Amino acid sequence: MSEEQAAILRPETLVEEFKKNGVTHVITIPDSETNYLYELMMEQPWLDIIPTSREGETFSIALGLSVGGKVPVCLIQNTGMMESGDSIRGMALDSGFPLVMVVGYRGWTRHGVITDSAARYTEPFLNAFRINYYLVESNEDGKRISTAFEEARVTKRPVAVLIGDEYHGFNR
Amino acid sequence: MISAADVFRVFQTHRDKAIVIPTGTSGRHWRDFSTNEKRDLTMGGAMGQTTAAALGIALGLPNEQVVLFDAEGALLMNLGILATIAGKQPQNFYHFLLDNECYATTGGQPVPNAKNINYAGMAKEAGYTAAYSFDDLETFGAQVGNILNEKGPVFIAIKVIPEVENEPIGRRERRPTRNRAETIRDLRAELGIA
Repeated sequence: MSEEQAAILRPETLVEEFKKNGVTHVITIPDSETNYLYELMMEQPWLDIIPTSREGETFSIALGLSVGGKVPVCLIQNTGMMESGDSIRGMALDSGFPLVMVVGYRGWTRHGVITDSAARYTEPFLNAFRINYYLVESNEDGKRISTAFEEARVTKRPVAVLIGDEYHGFNR
Repeated sequence: MISAADVFRVFQTHRDKAIVIPTGTSGRHWRDFSTNEKRDLTMGGAMGQTTAAALGIALGLPNEQVVLFDAEGALLMNLGILATIAGKQPQNFYHFLLDNECYATTGGQPVPNAKNINYAGMAKEAGYTAAYSFDDLETFGAQVGNILNEKGPVFIAIKVIPEVENEPIGRRERRPTRNRAETIRDLRAELGIA
């Protein structure tokens, strides 16, 4: 694999991490940059995709699935995560079940100034809820997804994976 | 309009082994009629989100009949859930709506457009398999058994008499009840889920 390839986060990496960690359901609102990931997930016979109407639903559906012994993941964008505040509080944090939330880090860049308020408030939002998070920008960061799953299982809390490669990795 | 207690009294005779999730002010009456407490779930925690949690249970336990007693104020907070549920077509999901036309727990203020919303119509047009509306006990009692034998997702809107609470929350009578974690623990034990 070339350096350029390694620097890109491939959707297959996420799907492989989901499978490795026994994920059964992905509850999602796709954002504009993740269509290939969505198509790839739909092709997996072991994975059930639940499209939702608003991001707050994803955490509540995840709670219900966990009651039934399933392993859900919430896949949303940072803007939707902020909309979900009361659901994260009342349905995820207060229930105390393991949950990985994969969050598209819209507007984030490590080069220059962040101008998108969606990015500026993402980490302060997670810190306010005491939710730990891992930044994933490339394939090399993929193993951090398993780290997040392990932490969620041990702590029985939500753990976030921030996808910081929104503008390149998921595009064809 | 029907009293919520009468709705539950009639429903209980058709419940069989269904998992029942009551919510809202009207839903508190369920505990007076349930005869299978281990299959009763409390899923409240964020207003408007119990519906989504009930969908998750229906999808996670596809071999169990799942019955939600929703409230219209809560449903209005997240109407998009109707499309989410219809999109997944859970055949084991029965979505009752106890519509008292108001926020009873905060003093009885009307919900928006309280008397003119066709909730069953919304559910049907969103893609539920079937949807019904009831405002008298006799008709409800005559049909509920057959409705529970239909393939879901089915929506059942029922006009219920509001039971408005005006006492400050701290002075309201608290009846012994299991909390959410306890109901989840008991259901999982009942179903043999580790």
